[in-house]
Formats: sequence, C-alpha cells, structure tokens
Amino acid sequence: MSLLEIRNLCVEFETRGGAFRAVDGVSLDIDPGEIVSIVGESGSGKSVAMLAVMGLLPRTAHVTADVLRFAGRDLMRLPARERRRIVGREIAMIFQEPMSSLNPCFTVGFQIGEVLKTHLGLGRAERRARTIELLGAVGIPDAERRLSAFPHQMSGGMSQRVMIAMAIACNPKLLIADEPTTALDVTIQAQILDLLVKLQQERGMALVLITHDMGVVAETAQRVIVQYAGQQVEKATTRELFRDPHHPYSAALLAALPERATTKVLPSIPGVVPGQYDRPQGCLFAPRCAHAFALCHAKAPPPAGSELSEALCHTPLVGGVPVVPGAAA
Amino acid sequence: MLTYIGRRLALTIPTIFALMFLTFLAVRLVPGDPVEVRTGERGISPERLAQFRHELGLDQPVWKQFADYVSGLAQGDFGISLVTKEPVLKEFLTLFPATLELAFFATVFAVTFGIPFGVVAALRRGGILDHGLMGVALFGYSMPIFWWGLLLILFFSVQLDLTPVSGRIDLLYYFEPVTGFMTIDALISGQEGAFASALSHLVLPAVVLGTIPLAAIARMTRSSMLEVLEEDYVRTARAKGLPPLRVIGLHALRNAMIPVVTVIGLQGGTLLAGAVLTETIFAWPGVGKWLIESIFRRDYPALQGGVLLISSILVLVNLGVDIVNGVINPRVRHGR
Repeated sequence: MSLLEIRNLCVEFETRGGAFRAVDGVSLDIDPGEIVSIVGESGSGKSVAMLAVMGLLPRTAHVTADVLRFAGRDLMRLPARERRRIVGREIAMIFQEPMSSLNPCFTVGFQIGEVLKTHLGLGRAERRARTIELLGAVGIPDAERRLSAFPHQMSGGMSQRVMIAMAIACNPKLLIADEPTTALDVTIQAQILDLLVKLQQERGMALVLITHDMGVVAETAQRVIVQYAGQQVEKATTRELFRDPHHPYSAALLAALPERATTKVLPSIPGVVPGQYDRPQGCLFAPRCAHAFALCHAKAPPPAGSELSEALCHTPLVGGVPVVPGAAA
Repeated sequence: MLTYIGRRLALTIPTIFALMFLTFLAVRLVPGDPVEVRTGERGISPERLAQFRHELGLDQPVWKQFADYVSGLAQGDFGISLVTKEPVLKEFLTLFPATLELAFFATVFAVTFGIPFGVVAALRRGGILDHGLMGVALFGYSMPIFWWGLLLILFFSVQLDLTPVSGRIDLLYYFEPVTGFMTIDALISGQEGAFASALSHLVLPAVVLGTIPLAAIARMTRSSMLEVLEEDYVRTARAKGLPPLRVIGLHALRNAMIPVVTVIGLQGGTLLAGAVLTETIFAWPGVGKWLIESIFRRDYPALQGGVLLISSILVLVNLGVDIVNGVINPRVRHGR
C-alpha cells in the first residue's frame, strides 16, 4: 500500500477575478522509502499541491480531491486536531527560504524542542539531549552551543540544517522538501542535497523533492513528476525521463540543462506559465510548444498510456519525434 | 544584555540635559513673569516691582539664572515654588503617585483590551468583528478626552449611580498616606471597604485616560499581527503541527508585539498630556492639575522642575521600552 495516495487533487483560490485553479487534477502515489521529485517552473502549482497535503494553505484556498490518504487515513475527512497529530510528526516539510522560516524570536533549541514536546511529550532533559543528537545528525558542529543560538546568528545553510533537524525530529515517514536549496549558495546546495539523501536512506523515509532544477532531479530522485500550470504532464522514472522524455515540456526542460546543450546559446522555453487570465483553451502548453498544431490549441489532450509516461499530449514524443498514439501501433 | 542597558542609559544623559535647557527657556518665553501675574490689574510701583524681581533673582541675566538653576539641580535642588514656598521636588513627589496610579491603571486597561482586540480583528480580517472593533477604536481615538469623560460621568455616575463622580476615595475613609498610591494605602490601612472605594474611584478616570492608548494599541496590534501572520515562520509553526492557540499566541504574537511595545511606550506621553485633562475633570489631585495651575501662576521653579521631572520619567519609560524590546527581540539585544 502506498504511503501517500492522491487522486484528482484540485486547489482553487478565490480571487477578485473569480476562482483561480492552481492545482488541476493531480494524482500521485508515494511509496515508503522512495524519493520522488516534482519538477516544473515557478507557478506550476508544485508547492501548492504539497501545502494542500500538509493543510497549510490559507483560508482562501479551496481544496478538493477524490482521494487524499496518508498511511490509510483520509486527510480530507480527518478533524483538524487529528490531522495536526500527523502533520509535523509523520509528514514533515521544509521550505525554500530557511532564513525566514525560523522564528526570529526563539532559540534554535526551543524551536526544535517544541516539536518533541508537542508530538512525543518529551521532558526538558530528554528534549535537550534529543535536540543535540538531531543537530549532530544534520551536521551542525558544536551542537550543544548552538542550542541557544538565534536564527539571525546563523547562515542560510545552517538555518536549512536546523529546519531539517526540526522536520526529522519525530522520525517522519514522509519528508516534503520544497525547493530546499534554491535560496542557498551553490556550494551549500550540494551539501544540503547530500544530507537529505543520506537522512532519507538512514531513516527509510519517503522524500518528495520539489524543484525546478533538472540537475537536482538527476542526482537524487527515483521517480519524477513533471508539472505544468497545475497539471501533471508526465510521470516517469528518472532514468526513463532522461533517456526519452515524452512530453514536449519535459523535453524542453531537459534541453535547457547546460550539460545537454548542443548549441553555444543555452536553449530556453519562450513565454511564461499561463496565469489566471491567459489560460489557453486547449493544451495549456500549446502556446509555448515547438510541436503544437491546430488540435493542440482547440482541445485539451487526454493523458497517454503508461508506456508513454501518461504524457498529457496529443502527440507525445518518442525519441524526440511527435507520434499520434495508436497510429504507430 | 547588561551592555545593552548600559549603552541605552548613556544615551539618556544628553537627552536629559537638552530637556533641562528647553524647559528653562520655554517657561521664560511665556509673556508675563511671576511678579506681574501676582500683582494683577491693580498694578505695582516700579520700585516694588524691581524689589520683588530682585528677591526672586529675575533681574539677573538669563544665562546667570540658568547657571544657578543647573548648579542647584546638580545638588539635587529643584528650587522652591514661588506660590506655596515648598520645595518643588517635595510637591511633585506628593502629587506624582496619584498621577502614576491613574496612568498605571489606564495602561492596564488599554493593554488588556487593546491587544486582544487587535489580535481578534487581525484573525477575522475583513469580517464583521474586524470592522466593528476597528470602528470602535477609531471612535475612541477621535473622542476628545474632556467630552468623553463628561459623557461617562453623566451616564455611569449620574444616571446609573454606579461609580463616584470625582476624587480618589470616599470621604468616609481617612488614613495617612504611606506610599501615596491610594489603592495600596487603602489595603495597608486595613479599613473595610476602603480598597473597593479607591478602586471604584479609579475606574472612570482610568477608562477615560486609557481610551486613546487602547485605540492606538489595538490598531497597531492588528496591523502588526496581519503582517506577521503572512511570515514564513508562522507557516513553519503550523507545519510542526502546533495547536492554533500556540501558533497565534506564541509564534505570531511574540513577533507582533515588537512594534506594539514601542507604541505602548510612546503612549506614555499621551497619558501624561491626557492626565492634565482627566485630572481636571475628575478632580484628581495629580501633577497634571498642578502643572496647569503653575502655568497660570507663572511659577517658574514649579514649572521647570515639574516638566523636567515628567520628561525624565518619560525618558526612563522609553528606556524601559527599549529594554523590554531587547528581551522579546533577540536581534535588538545583539545590536543588529
């Protein structure tokens, strides 16, 4: 049985101009102990989908799902109090901006200890010992002295390590990392990624890695979900996706990797992710797609079969060439 | 933390010196001097006028008067009131506890209602409760103190007969002042009903004086809270699975309080200015009333001394605010 099961998750925000659909029919299964990456540009609803799982969206967000289940428990129906017992304990999340994600008014020791107290009911001395242990586990030197440090006294990398220590405090079954390295220096990025993978392996927890960096995906994830404008456009194993991307968007993202560049100028995808007011009628990617034709602009595509990574495209790519599914067979 | 307090304390010295100079100058800029005011319309012979001025040292050059004043201050001498012939410091210390007691209860009233109002308004942003509370706050902020005081007296004291009209305690009770704070003295005296009487005399003046600070605190708390609720660390607190009460009451409120504490400190000035009116309306024997009378009498030493003492107290209140800020906000403490 999968750890996290999502079927047809939709998130709509009430805005002055009407409802805006940030997440559109996302389905996803996470098995215990695996690393799944969700990739897409800014505005493709990656974070929003995961925040919906955590129950952290603002009140203006309207979440619907056919199934939203964690370890057999229906998160949609769970009362708020019950859900808080899961959040922070069995599912934990770390964020993009480590510096502003820690409360400036409290010490590192207090903020980590708080989780241990809330979920495990540990006493003062136990909390202290466990916090030192956790800080050690995330590679913070001189952990005992760091307990009384305030967030403003730490660098971004250190803050992210503290966030990770806080997240793994209760040995969660699932850790969601929302662009954990985006705000960090390049040298620190690799360290944090290595740390996450190491902890994931040691503790056997599942890891969902939200990123826009295909390089990060290649290094860490076993499976990838490519998301565009709130929709999942392709789901594949990392190996499969890098070998033969089926959706034009995935292919374009991969082509933008410096390692894969064949020309002097790095290829880019023209345009931006459609927002609330410029949502196209047919395929959402059609206006930016190199392979789009009349049908793409008129009609939203159905997902292809699993052999084509469920690519949301009228003519998924095979070996870089668009094919009409069924016609080739 | 100690170096922080020391640094702040050192900064108050030039402020207090500037205050000394300004109050000394300001009272002399008011037309008329103590002798002229006392002679009234009947007039006085030039010889007598010169003699009185000489006795009071007013015939000296202003810089000399200032030098004498400062050297007196350096020895702890605030001068003698020209009207009562009592030392200014003694008069001030007798009257100040009444003002302090009033200001203290007004602040307690303002804080206990202002902060929860602000928090609730922020949590219910745009809702009926938000608009209602903030409407009331704006109303309170705009209400002239003397008018508000009279309205409350008319309603609660005259119509409903719930609270006394004026004074600090019923005439039934008499005891020697020990601390000068009527509520504490009443408790010490051990007379039955004295404390209740002192407290009931405090309610209306404290509400009147506390209304503007309450409104200011509520509005500041609301806007500060709204800002803090959007912060990443509030999301982190929720992601930790903490109960909402802890997320709001600890993680958000602690950060939201930083600007609010400053506002509370700044209200010290409003309180003392408001005390002048409130004390007059409720016949409250405090320094506000005393200062007003000193102005009319051109009682230079009393005015200089009184204003200097009050300003010094305000400086100390602000120092206290900075210290409290240092306690709740580690970034201030570490000088960043």
